Amino acid sequence: MARLNVNPTRMELKKLKVRLDTAKRGHKLLKDKSDEMVRRFSVIIKENKRLRDEVERELSETLKQFSIARSVTPAYQAETAFSMPSVAVVAECDTGSIMSVPVPVVSIVEQRRFEGLPYAYAEITGEADCSVERAAALIPKMVKLAEVEKTARLLAAEIERNKRRVNALEYVMIPQLEETIKYIKSKLDENERAAVIRLMKVKSKA
Amino acid sequence: MQGKMAIVGDGESITVFKAAGVAAFPAENSDAAKELVRKLAKEYAIIFITEEFSRLLESFLKRFDEEPYPVVLSVPSQKGTTGYGDELIKKAMERALGVDILF
Repeated sequence: MARLNVNPTRMELKKLKVRLDTAKRGHKLLKDKSDEMVRRFSVIIKENKRLRDEVERELSETLKQFSIARSVTPAYQAETAFSMPSVAVVAECDTGSIMSVPVPVVSIVEQRRFEGLPYAYAEITGEADCSVERAAALIPKMVKLAEVEKTARLLAAEIERNKRRVNALEYVMIPQLEETIKYIKSKLDENERAAVIRLMKVKSKA
Repeated sequence: MQGKMAIVGDGESITVFKAAGVAAFPAENSDAAKELVRKLAKEYAIIFITEEFSRLLESFLKRFDEEPYPVVLSVPSQKGTTGYGDELIKKAMERALGVDILF
């Protein structure tokens, strides 16, 4: 490992010692952070998987049902019926924080919905009503999945970054500092010995 | 903060969400979908994209991985799930942990 390019003086030694101390403390802290993030991540990713499976299953079913329902109505009629949504789903979007990683926190606040479905019952078959209802019921779950999945991805990115920092400290910074300190120490010792010998020689000549 | 929701996909799959109150934006191909998402990202907090498109736009959608909003989620389309969602989970997991703990 290459040592740093510094003068072997007492002042430098002192400075480097402080830096090494900080680096070690930082390394420990980051390592702890990484452990905790991984723990939280594994919880979140399991939740993510569970929700994903649920949503995918229900959504596929709903869409299949809907496409069957739609196929019995003429296309233009279905198009006009569904293009006027009376319902507006609004989500409350906040940012939370997991281990100081900003993450989205979403909740459905209101489903403005006046009674019934946004089209005349005569136009569309009952099956379509059913699938629209199911889709509406599925939305909160999809939003939850979106939140969890995004959180997992943000956390994954942060864990990766953090791991790099830990590694850089552990395998580059700290060894470098240690080696430089060792080098300066040995240089200083050598100077000291040289000084002593020089004195002894001067004395013995006199 | 209040956020709106949008869904991008082929016309068939998203109609039902239109009726359920999510703003639906049909796209014919992945380029159109990309443009749509680019525009929608400024306005909408949550964007659902059907798997067919999100698979093609993977590198484009990566840019949303750094900020909490907008939340982009790929959902199965009418043709059923293609397993892309699981792939995404797997990727995130491998990125974070280096190993697969679920599958």
